[in-house]
Amino acid sequence: MNTHQRPGAAQAPEPLILKDLTLSLFRAGVNRTLFNKFDLEIQPGEITTIMGPSGCGKSSLLSFISGTLAKDFTVDGRVCLGQRDITDSPPEQRHIGMLFQEDLLFPHLSVGENLGFGIPAVVRQKTDRKMLIEQALEEAGLSGFADQDPATLSGGQRARVAVMRTLLSRPSALLLDEPFSKLDSALRERFRTFVFDHARAHNLPTLLVTHDPEDARSAEGVILNMPFV
Amino acid sequence: MAETLWPIAFSAASRQNMVKISIITDCLSLKYVPAFTLLVFLGPLGAGLIGTILPAFGYFPALGAEDFSLLSWRYLLDYPALPEALHLTLLSGFVATALSLSLAIAFTAAWQGRPSFNRVRKLLAPILAIPHSALAIGFAFLLAPSGWIARLFSPGVTGWDTPPDIAIIHDPFAVSLILGLVIKETPYLLLMIIAACDQGQARQRLVLAQTLGYSPVAAWIKAVLPLIYRQIRLPIYAVLAFSLSVVDVALVLGPTAPPTLPVLIVRWFNDPDLSYRALASTAAAFQLVIVVLSILVWYLLEQLMAQIFRHWLSNGQRSCAERTISFLSRSFFQILGGVFCGSLLVIAIWSFTRRWRYPDAFPSEWSIQSWQNNLDTLLLSSSTTLIVGSISALIAVILSVACLENEKRRGKTAGSGALWLLYLPLMIPQVSFLFGTQVIAIKLDIDGSWLALIWSHLLFVLPYVFLSLAEPYRFQDNRFVNIAHCLGASPWRAFWKVRLPMLLRPLLFALAIGFAVSVAQYLPTLFAGGGRFMTLTTEAVNLSASGNRRIISVYALLQGLFPLLAFSAAIGFSNFTFRHRKALSQS
Repeated sequence: MNTHQRPGAAQAPEPLILKDLTLSLFRAGVNRTLFNKFDLEIQPGEITTIMGPSGCGKSSLLSFISGTLAKDFTVDGRVCLGQRDITDSPPEQRHIGMLFQEDLLFPHLSVGENLGFGIPAVVRQKTDRKMLIEQALEEAGLSGFADQDPATLSGGQRARVAVMRTLLSRPSALLLDEPFSKLDSALRERFRTFVFDHARAHNLPTLLVTHDPEDARSAEGVILNMPFV
Repeated sequence: MAETLWPIAFSAASRQNMVKISIITDCLSLKYVPAFTLLVFLGPLGAGLIGTILPAFGYFPALGAEDFSLLSWRYLLDYPALPEALHLTLLSGFVATALSLSLAIAFTAAWQGRPSFNRVRKLLAPILAIPHSALAIGFAFLLAPSGWIARLFSPGVTGWDTPPDIAIIHDPFAVSLILGLVIKETPYLLLMIIAACDQGQARQRLVLAQTLGYSPVAAWIKAVLPLIYRQIRLPIYAVLAFSLSVVDVALVLGPTAPPTLPVLIVRWFNDPDLSYRALASTAAAFQLVIVVLSILVWYLLEQLMAQIFRHWLSNGQRSCAERTISFLSRSFFQILGGVFCGSLLVIAIWSFTRRWRYPDAFPSEWSIQSWQNNLDTLLLSSSTTLIVGSISALIAVILSVACLENEKRRGKTAGSGALWLLYLPLMIPQVSFLFGTQVIAIKLDIDGSWLALIWSHLLFVLPYVFLSLAEPYRFQDNRFVNIAHCLGASPWRAFWKVRLPMLLRPLLFALAIGFAVSVAQYLPTLFAGGGRFMTLTTEAVNLSASGNRRIISVYALLQGLFPLLAFSAAIGFSNFTFRHRKALSQS
């Protein structure tokens, strides 16, 4: 049996596809086009990098794909996972995992509860859920941390918990919004390997946005330079 | 490695269907909440104003008057005590507001960022939590010729064996009324100033001015005040309107012959002779005109001051009576702290007093008689207070959260127009519309009901609750909720499991504020309750004329304790909940 099977992507992993995407921001009376007729296809297990200075619209692109784009944007174009068009689906039905610069662990939940938040409700048995959490902690090198307050963890530990939380939600694709930029250089390299290894092991189509060429190089995938317009 | 992670296969189909249904119901219900809230809120206000103004022009079908006329206006303007009452109202309103504002500004300018400022900052919440009337009663028991201070210094310093016959409380110049208002309004304005400073670039501006060689007071007044004044303008107008229209504090501390205009109006409304109703309505409409004109005058004064001091702002002078302002503002806050603690202490003492002869410094006999003898009415008024306070605070929190959540989901923030609407019930004098709402409540057959009572409290609870919740709600990082969505949580689940728990502290605080505001209400209980309900505040204020200090103190003490307990509970509960959550544990 294929243990990689993810529920959101009912069948085998599928590519993440952007078709004919035009994205513009209307703010303070000015209309700014960030993407114009942009196409992209990322195969499962592939990590594509978009490079560009801050404010060029990288993060907006990720928000659009995940379905959490603010209302003052106008968008045209489609997002698909394989044959499935998810452009009009609400974010919670897209199963697109997202990692930010900040770990965004929920401060009111313990480390274990944060991981549990990611596990879909269809895993009903308490023991099963607990086992998933324990496994995830072990993989992150944090066995026994389940009852800890996330605020007591180091930056690197928190970052790893955030990754595991995302993976536990069984995403069909992974979006990385400069998730390495807040870590110091030694930690950064280890964490980068951790994230990339997991993305590949889960066979996820992965899109990384960054302004650090080092990140782009170690992703070993296609590199696109912004702005495109 | 990662392969071991997913031993359980499952389908997500059922989950998706559930999600769809909840989204549809969500959007349907939330969309109409702001309109509904405004209706709940402005409906009675507008109707009440009309219901007050129509009788002022002779239209009052309930009393058989259906012809429009200006007759009652002639009566009002010919009323002999009117000029004096009006004079006292304007005097106390403007002086109390100007004094409170100056003190709050002076204290912030001189002491911001220093330890004593932070100490005062911590005192603000309890001072604001205690109802005006409770504090006014304590203030009276402290300062009256037969008050605690006189007792402490008699006969030693003063040589008094009996209380001297001078009117310190209820003085004809409204000095004690003004001071009573200043005690409560200075902390309120200080809190508003602090909030405004936290928002803008106040800190950077201050540092910049100081690096240019400006002393603290000059730096703050010249560089920060012009920036934040815009943000504290509405609270100032609310304070001005409140000072001009206050009834309960004026009953306890204000002049009596004649009293201020609002007190006169309430007296007329309550007169058994129904023909006074027309006069009362006319005066209530007149009161509204006075308040609107006063705010206008204040606005013009603002503009004038801005013009006059424009040159002073850039004249390069780098200090501004630094020492005097530091010294005076700190002394005032020390006195304020003393008066505050003294007022609470003196009502606590009186409530357990059996015998306290003048001029002894302390009672000679103690007892719990005052509590025991009034147990029935105490329980009754306490439970009414508790019920109305909790329900109106809870409704206000629910409506505010619904409005704010709607804003978040639609990605739009209500503009400054909405802020004005919110402040409307705080700026329109209570006497000017509560009578009208009573008339309408009678028409709808809900007068003297719990519904009318809670609704009328809600009008004043809602603005404060909304204002206290809006900022933490709007500033909450949206990415937490977004990431919850990306992890597969429906809007409902993200709302209940992420948004609200993270806002637990401000939510509980808003509840406590709402409760405290409700506890303090005097006129709404009187009017909407149709005389059928008594709360701790109505009892305390109504008894304050009786002169029985023991019983008054029992009510005043409870009146002050209730909100304090609510705040302690809010802080205690959130501290307990987050005792193992460092990021949320600091209050």
